[in-house]
Amino acid sequence: MSFSAIEAWWWPYLFILVAGWLATDFWRFLGVYLGGRISEDSELLVFVRSIATALVAAVIANLVVFPNGALAAVPLFFRILAALIGFLAYLAFGKRVIVGIAIGEIALGAGMLLTQG
Amino acid sequence: MDDRKTEPVVRGSERILWFGRGVRAAFSVPGLILASAFVGFAGLARDAGLTLAQTVFMTGVMWALPGKVVLVGSIIAGNGLLPTGIAVALSSVRLGPMVVALMPELRGPRTPAWVLYALSHFVAVTSWVLAMEQLRYVPRPMRTTYYAGLGGMLLAGTMVVVAIVFLVAARLPSELSAALFFLTPMYFLTSLWGSARERAGHVAMVFGLALGPLFHVLVPDFDLLATGLVAGSAAFVLHILRKRSGRA
Repeated sequence: MSFSAIEAWWWPYLFILVAGWLATDFWRFLGVYLGGRISEDSELLVFVRSIATALVAAVIANLVVFPNGALAAVPLFFRILAALIGFLAYLAFGKRVIVGIAIGEIALGAGMLLTQG
Repeated sequence: MDDRKTEPVVRGSERILWFGRGVRAAFSVPGLILASAFVGFAGLARDAGLTLAQTVFMTGVMWALPGKVVLVGSIIAGNGLLPTGIAVALSSVRLGPMVVALMPELRGPRTPAWVLYALSHFVAVTSWVLAMEQLRYVPRPMRTTYYAGLGGMLLAGTMVVVAIVFLVAARLPSELSAALFFLTPMYFLTSLWGSARERAGHVAMVFGLALGPLFHVLVPDFDLLATGLVAGSAAFVLHILRKRSGRA
């Protein structure tokens, strides 16, 4: 039963609801259910926060190491180097997110110029 | 500071004020970056043959970007309902611990459960990072109202962006789209560091960055979950060991 299996107009929406909404909000609702049972300063919450943070970090790293589309044309070395330079600039200049992004993007641009040149 | 026991009577005007502040917080660097990340998604959905209505609908009911990229990828591959649902569910597991971590920050003394369930729909990486940064500066009885404004505005704004991009879908120069795709990781990299509550968060982040790509190669179907469990557990064990040695 693929996305284009049934011709009816409602089938793609049902497909998105079941395979998309249900598969996504299930975790959110489970999180609310479990989250109501954990106190704010418990060690268990430190553990859960560590897992959540590591998960998001993995998303970040994969966006840099295995990118989709045009970013994939920039060599891996320059992608990682640009991210590292941007992050170090963020740390060095008062932890301002906008500084980290700007320096990272400039570094990426330099990397692209070097690759082409 | 525990203001849970003495919740004052909340006036409607105060709710509107904090809702508005939440909406305003969506118009920020992170909100802008989020919108640019969805530029790429709208192009992907269009290439996959989805209609405008289907693409906007998907954005509204799912919201989290990685799961939607998996869903569209699965639609392109012609996979069935069940394998697609499982793949999307696997790519969205991270939302569970994220919501668990957010709940104690979000809930007030007398917040009804349905409000928390409804608001949990707004949880995705951007609104989560923003909330973990900002909620501590919001009075506790106003936090759900603030988050409703923030999450609602981010979601509604993104749906509009997706619709517009779907319609114009102008071909961007490849250098520009590369720079656009780089915005998201750069933003998350810096703001995730800033949102960490304790040293364990920084340790978990560094471990997660290192293990994410490794597990992506080793266990491609469970990479995020595996990274979260291994890197998160390692950071937590170090946290406990530090505490034991009295340097916490």
